[in-house]
Amino acid sequence: MKSKSFVSINDLSREKILSLLETAEKFEKNPNSKILDGRVVGSLFFEPSTRTRLSFETAANRLGARVIGFSDAATSSASKGETLKDTIMMVSSYADVIVMRHRLEGAARYASEVSPVPVINAGDGANQHPSQTMLDLYSIKKTQGTLEGLNIHLVGDLKYGRTVHSLLHAMRHFNPTFHFIAPEELHMPEEYRIFCRENNIPFTETTEFSEDVIASADIIYMTRVQRERFSDLMEYEKVKNCYRLTNSMLAGTKENLRILHPLPRVNEIAHDVDENPKAYYFQQAQNGLYVREALICDVLDINI
Amino acid sequence: MNDNNKHAMQVSALCNGTVIDHIPADKLFAVVNLLDIPSMSNNVTIGYNLESKKLGKKGLIKIADRFFSDDEVSKISVVAPNVVLNTIRDYKVVEKRELRMPDELHNIIKCNNLNCITNNEPMATHFTVSNREEGTLKCRYCEKELNINDAELL
Repeated sequence: MKSKSFVSINDLSREKILSLLETAEKFEKNPNSKILDGRVVGSLFFEPSTRTRLSFETAANRLGARVIGFSDAATSSASKGETLKDTIMMVSSYADVIVMRHRLEGAARYASEVSPVPVINAGDGANQHPSQTMLDLYSIKKTQGTLEGLNIHLVGDLKYGRTVHSLLHAMRHFNPTFHFIAPEELHMPEEYRIFCRENNIPFTETTEFSEDVIASADIIYMTRVQRERFSDLMEYEKVKNCYRLTNSMLAGTKENLRILHPLPRVNEIAHDVDENPKAYYFQQAQNGLYVREALICDVLDINI
Repeated sequence: MNDNNKHAMQVSALCNGTVIDHIPADKLFAVVNLLDIPSMSNNVTIGYNLESKKLGKKGLIKIADRFFSDDEVSKISVVAPNVVLNTIRDYKVVEKRELRMPDELHNIIKCNNLNCITNNEPMATHFTVSNREEGTLKCRYCEKELNINDAELL
């Protein structure tokens, strides 16, 4: 029988998303247990990602599993020219579940097809990072009490930011209204605007990031505007400080507003925002632990 | 007078083999190359810029004593949609198939995304049709879309 894997947020139904979030809530109440006692988690980071790796490995450890693996392709046999398939076959004979990060898009889907044990995608190039999307959803639901009918403002790099694209896809089940706030060069790609129209998701677009624009927001999802994304450096210099959130901008915002960011943050959120109760990005990262505990148990068919 | 008789008038009749008809004229040589006709020793007739009510100008290929597998056929449909494949036995059309691009393409075209795993591992590609009218296909692996007109055959 084909094992159950977690590869792309687009594979998940509304019901599946809600049931995973419910499991994560249980782990938040009780993050430590021995339910994975005797299990081995293969943690294969063909590309370094300290934050995601530590989160997954902590999730495994807190549930009593042991972790094997590598944190960089240079220390794996991939550097000797081994195919991904061979590495996956080898590790799957040792581990009960594989968590993998890879620079190539589609690597996790392929691994899930060849592996006899479940595969969890911890990021495949610019394609998917579905556990990040799950923790974003968890954070939204936890802070707003619901996922339904929210005003979500996406700010910064909407062209290359895969987290915002995945969030857009996942939220289609929950009747959101989106507001895209980005410089001309980094605006939301046409395919996602088509996606919104096809799914009857209302959205607005602006290049201006101001108090007025965020006054109606329930969620502000900030992303980093990276210099290397610009073909014209003059353009970057012009816009780099326009998509920066400061504490003074939050004065007229809604009480329930929360600010999310996939981290790492550079200067797009001023440090004076950190003390504002509306800042939620550090708790958001912590929620990743509970979500990843839920994901590991789900692919292993362990009911909580 | 039906279509088959018209062809018979323009080019010689075929005893056994395949007639590939209604090829858009500008796709004719792509189909010729795809079927590797230059290396065939069969008797082949190629018609170019023939008159067609449906297409204006069309191409036609008659190949004696050669019949095509489903795999080869699905490749043709990627290069030139809606061509008609006639199987001829004893001067009669025994089967007429209008080729439609399949809903899934297994190992027929290459993914245009260089960072896709399929371009970096010894493995088969897999596309699904996401919008038939516009000719949009989606890679099962990297989830990127490409238009059939930009697709490169494997």
